[in-house]
Amino acid sequence: MLLFSLSDKHMPCWLFSLQRCLVELICGFFVASWTGVISYHGPQPSIRPKHVFVANHTSMIDFIILEQMTVFAVIMQKHPGWVGLLQRTVMESVGCIWFNRNEAKDREIVARKIKNHIQGADNNPLLIFPEGTCVNNHYTVMFKKGAFELGCTVCPIAIKYNKIFIDAFWNSKKQSFTMHLVQLMTSWAVVCDVWYLEPQNLKPGETPIEFAERVRDIISVRAGLNKVPWDGYLKYSHPSPKHTERKQQIFAESVMRCLEEESDKFILLK
Amino acid sequence: MGNTSSMLTQYDIEEVQEHCNNTFSQQEIVSLYQRFCQLDRSGGGFISADEFLSVPEFAVNPLSQRLLRMLDGLNFKEFVAFLSAFSSRATLQQKVEFIFKVYDLDCNGKVTFNDMLDVLRDLTGQFISEQQREQVLTHVLEEAGYKKDSLLVLSDFMKILGNSGLKMEVEVPVD
Repeated sequence: MLLFSLSDKHMPCWLFSLQRCLVELICGFFVASWTGVISYHGPQPSIRPKHVFVANHTSMIDFIILEQMTVFAVIMQKHPGWVGLLQRTVMESVGCIWFNRNEAKDREIVARKIKNHIQGADNNPLLIFPEGTCVNNHYTVMFKKGAFELGCTVCPIAIKYNKIFIDAFWNSKKQSFTMHLVQLMTSWAVVCDVWYLEPQNLKPGETPIEFAERVRDIISVRAGLNKVPWDGYLKYSHPSPKHTERKQQIFAESVMRCLEEESDKFILLK
Repeated sequence: MGNTSSMLTQYDIEEVQEHCNNTFSQQEIVSLYQRFCQLDRSGGGFISADEFLSVPEFAVNPLSQRLLRMLDGLNFKEFVAFLSAFSSRATLQQKVEFIFKVYDLDCNGKVTFNDMLDVLRDLTGQFISEQQREQVLTHVLEEAGYKKDSLLVLSDFMKILGNSGLKMEVEVPVD
């Protein structure tokens, strides 16, 4: 328990390294428990300041697969139950940042925490899943721009599971994480490819949203995923009526335009 | 893997194909069945309004409430028949018939000025006034040779939309 209580910033360097190794080991065991056969491609991430990692998201095990190779600090939704316990103990030690989807003001608080984290040179590199939710590993949904407006280099990571062995998509609406894990552990193997891709910077004249889309392109192409233009949070709530209103507005404008053209024609003919 | 509901037999597929007048191929019907089962989360054999609204593009469609009235309680066979208007194999007549049914919500075979006004209201929302809507509709009807109190039937719709180059098509993805 010594490990878990030392999440203080002023840890001696060797202890920090030891902690990282132990977390990597724990994740390694976890991966072995569901017979994970993971192929890593590309250069292993180097820990450098002002570098943020982004990846497509399929299940909470994404984090463990990546964590096995390099210890990241990740941004995660706070969960109840035994997962919450693991979050509060093991993951607190690597500097993870929590958010709560259901809280309105949460975004600003999280944005501030992220900014603080990347300033710190000793902090573990930050891993963000810009989709904001688990997706079925066939598609990528819209990336949230938060990770792309930090003024950092963004290193994309693409993850693709081989569906022949097990569908690794965790549908949080259909089953709890425990059941999902049981399913994974009792399947033959979890086979997956991880690609560490070339770090990207914001190009001059590019907005964060364009940057996010460009990185989403890179990840989708590498992992063979289709890009879809909708927001991952639609899993949790219906689309805002604003979208419907926008469509109505476009139609109304074209109707009014036609009417004006007709009445102009009428005036001309007179 | 998700729930694999009862598999379709060859007889089932042929029955559905006949019911939709061969507007979908057998493979397309299998794909549609997979999608139907995915949407029918409660497993009731039909897709409820909420389950339809879980499809984002459907939820943002201004005509969604109208379409829900038409889709209410349809089983898979009827669902495929409903979608048949969107197939590339459907005739123009079938497509216009579908549009007519969207307007003729009370299914009495006649579309009144008010029916059309209702659809226009759904499509334009708060972005034009009721007066402007009536103005537009009256104008459109007069252009087509009808009066404000005319009752339109399917053949009228065919006449109006017959030459419009209507292309209402959807591709059903086949594995």
